[in-house]
Amino acid sequence: MKRLHLSLLVIAAIFMVVTPTFLKNYGIHLFTTWLIYMIAIMGLNLTVGYAGQKSLGHAAFFGIGAYTVAILIKAGISFWIGLPIGALLCFVIGLGLGFPALRVQTIYLAFATLGFNAAVWLVMRNEEWLTGGTYGINNIMRPEFFGMSLDRNLPYYYMVLVITVVLALLLGGLLRSPWGKAFKALRDNPIRAESLGVDTRSYTLLAFAIGSGFAGIAGGLFAAQVGFIDPAPFAVHYSIMMYLMVVVGGPGYFFGPVIGAAVGVILPEWLRFAQAWYLTVFGFAVVALMIWLPDGLLSIPDRIRARKQSKAASAARAASAKQIGEAS
Amino acid sequence: MTDFLQLLFSGLATGAIYALVALGFTLLWQASGTINFAQGEFVMVPAIVMVIALHMGVQIIPAFIMACVFSTIVLGWAFKRGLVDPLFKHGMMPIVVATIGLSFVLRNGVRAGYSAEPQPFPQIFPDDIYNIGGVILSATDIGTLVVAGFLIWATQAFLSKTVTGRAMQAVAQNTESATVLGINVPRMILYTFAINALLAAAAALLVTPTFLAKFDMGELLGTKAFFAAIIGGFTNSRGALVGGLLVGVLENMAAAYISPAYKDAVALIVFMFVIMFRPQGLLGRKEERKV
Repeated sequence: MKRLHLSLLVIAAIFMVVTPTFLKNYGIHLFTTWLIYMIAIMGLNLTVGYAGQKSLGHAAFFGIGAYTVAILIKAGISFWIGLPIGALLCFVIGLGLGFPALRVQTIYLAFATLGFNAAVWLVMRNEEWLTGGTYGINNIMRPEFFGMSLDRNLPYYYMVLVITVVLALLLGGLLRSPWGKAFKALRDNPIRAESLGVDTRSYTLLAFAIGSGFAGIAGGLFAAQVGFIDPAPFAVHYSIMMYLMVVVGGPGYFFGPVIGAAVGVILPEWLRFAQAWYLTVFGFAVVALMIWLPDGLLSIPDRIRARKQSKAASAARAASAKQIGEAS
Repeated sequence: MTDFLQLLFSGLATGAIYALVALGFTLLWQASGTINFAQGEFVMVPAIVMVIALHMGVQIIPAFIMACVFSTIVLGWAFKRGLVDPLFKHGMMPIVVATIGLSFVLRNGVRAGYSAEPQPFPQIFPDDIYNIGGVILSATDIGTLVVAGFLIWATQAFLSKTVTGRAMQAVAQNTESATVLGINVPRMILYTFAINALLAAAAALLVTPTFLAKFDMGELLGTKAFFAAIIGGFTNSRGALVGGLLVGVLENMAAAYISPAYKDAVALIVFMFVIMFRPQGLLGRKEERKV
């Protein structure tokens, strides 16, 4: 099983490195967007999938990251300074948004984060002196990387790919550490976690803050990629879409965001000619998924394994029952 | 002062519509633990049905009746059987996600299958205007307030005065004891879904002349109804009324006295305060946590 995983990973890595060289500009752009959303969804997967905090405000952090980087670049500050500042800002605001989560849970928390997103969006739209209002901010310069220009799409793609891999490794390390176990404990039974001595307060806040930090980085990369941002892609609607991406991929599965972001980014572009119908079908698919596979697409292998095991167990039971029957 | 009264009154008219939509929302929650993220679309769909009927030359009243029937069957019965029943055992969040999916289906299905353009809708009240002591009242505002108020009152009266209504409340409060008392629980839950669908159809009739029938008209309305329901309190159906009127009036006042750009923020701020300090809502009861 381990070997299968490893070979799948190698194939995926080769695919991600080699495919874009065959793609036209637009295809590369699409792949870059996919990676950027993957980073954002990885963060949301930590908050929602691992720590179980229902957040419907992720697009707000994506936006805060994007605007921070854009505004700083416009002020003449390097992208490489702006990106960590954006991430840090999101981390701190995420920490703040974690506080409602200490008081309210599940659907109330979802509503509170949704409200937060709506408020952030209003600020982005209305505070023209800062964000340019509905006109947005344009001509955001692409960064350089040690003197290497990233203006062309392919080098920028590889830069984003490297950042994605680094962040994924960081997240993987975090999840394997005791912190990861604490997050899962928080999700599965918060009161029991608390009585076992897990500091639920800090971990709830951290689940939000780290997830938001990821969204901040993704937002910064997004701003530099498209070169123009306005409030539209940071509205509540996109937070809901991001939540669906986590759910579709499989909340609490490490590679869930890969699938989720592909469904949310690549498929709609591919099926662009039928966009409204695509979203209709997507809606149906979400309903069907909830009914038959509430744990997301990546739960299919687990499902099959569980079915096999239960079949083997029942076969064993039948065999032993027969033996007992023969013995008596 | 007249300005204030004017704003108060037109705010109440908008608020009454929010309250109507929010009422269905709280009823669904109480009876079946369903949080319906497609609630705004439940108003949009009957509006579109009415537009289609009007285009075929049907009068407004028969068109409304058709919309009510359609709504009850599709958004009441089929919604319950097809989506809520199979998901009930999984708990709250899968239902929430599925209703989000449903809102995608309805919104984009109408956009792709019918029209992406706003459809005009006839005025249902005369466009008379009355001047009472300097306060200018339009017949539409008065009519909206009266009709919405009546429907909310009628729903409350049905719930508290009739045997069926009391049985429905019993189901909402404690499903197990209701079963023991011989109440047909699934049927009572089905009634709740039907009432929700009817209230949404009525809201569609009241709101469409001003909002116009469009595939995304439900988005704003649904959000406001959520906020109203939570501000008032999910666990109390009177909460929807209080929340709806409060949101309607406050946002009207804010648009005039503070800034039209931040009109939508008012509901949000009240809502955030309620969530933080009184998550059960202004009129709600507290629910205990279970291990």
